[in-house]
Amino acid sequence: MSILRGFTILLVLQLLGEVLSRWLALPVPGPVVGLALLLCVLVVRPALARHVDGASDALLAHLSLLFIPAGVGVLVHIDRLDGALAGVALTLGVSTLLGMAVTALTLQRLMRGRTTRDTPPSGTEG
Amino acid sequence: MPEDTTVEPLELDALWVYLSGSPLVALTLTLACYLLARELFDRCGRFALLNPVLVSVTVLVGLLHLVDIPYAQYFDGAQFVHFLLGPATVALALPLYRELPVLRRHWLPIGVALCVGLVVTLVSTLLIARLSGLDDVLQRSIAAKSVTAPVAMGISERIGGVPSLTAVFAILTGVFGAVAAVPLLSLLKVHDDAARGLSIGLVAHGIGTARAFDIGERAGAYAGLAMALSAMVSAVALPLLAAAFAAGLG
Repeated sequence: MSILRGFTILLVLQLLGEVLSRWLALPVPGPVVGLALLLCVLVVRPALARHVDGASDALLAHLSLLFIPAGVGVLVHIDRLDGALAGVALTLGVSTLLGMAVTALTLQRLMRGRTTRDTPPSGTEG
Repeated sequence: MPEDTTVEPLELDALWVYLSGSPLVALTLTLACYLLARELFDRCGRFALLNPVLVSVTVLVGLLHLVDIPYAQYFDGAQFVHFLLGPATVALALPLYRELPVLRRHWLPIGVALCVGLVVTLVSTLLIARLSGLDDVLQRSIAAKSVTAPVAMGISERIGGVPSLTAVFAILTGVFGAVAAVPLLSLLKVHDDAARGLSIGLVAHGIGTARAFDIGERAGAYAGLAMALSAMVSAVALPLLAAAFAAGLG
């Protein structure tokens, strides 16, 4: 029951986000506006968190699953790139690695001496 | 009765036509492939190339090809899973909310890292696309590749790219980023979950965020934050940057 309630709250906020996004012609889509709305709602009413956390955790635990249908669509259309594949791979690959490295190293350098941890690290991956 | 011999194959055939037209087959295949891929990933010590999205997609494409189900028909069923991306995006507010006290204390370093990372990602994409000889339309289509797909398609349309091609680039980037993230960040000795999550979400948006949640909830929260902010900033900045680029280097 509580998962259903949480899911409904998420849908309501997505819907509100969708309406705002269209109405104000925002450059970001409804779900991202919904994310910002939910964050504001939680700041104003922290008690709401326990109503949405069951549904949120269930959805986020298997976020990867949700990208599979769109991912299958990509491989179907990949032949549209035929001649440009090498250039595309180079652009995607290099800029992705570069952006990731620069972001991570910048934050790590700026945080030296500070700590972002309130609790012990959750990751165990090397 | 002579009909008896032909009835059975006909029925099987009719059953298959019926089943492949219903959402049941596509949904079952999607969930089963994901669960198996997830199991494989966890059992093999989370070996990067066995990323669950990559493995599931590859297996599904093979299966659909084998049983001759066109993508549109597959998506008729799989759209129920696809639909959940919306509420899941809204749900990213929750880990972010839990992390809010830390974010408030360190908003400056996090903000600077986000800005530097965004500039490097956007400029390097435009620059490498040009240097590697992609034609003008491809350059415009690939510019928003690190932005979450729905926003990326909107940006692409505004700067003269092909939105559906941009969606392809965004998903490829997401999968590549998710696969490369842990090996690259370990190589660079970045072990803090905040730095890991932020950098993965910035370049590899939603698919990267999904990968970051496998590292831990904190990494996931930072990835979601980076994805959302990168979408908002890119939507405003990329059209300007693309125009400046076309004017300056064209």
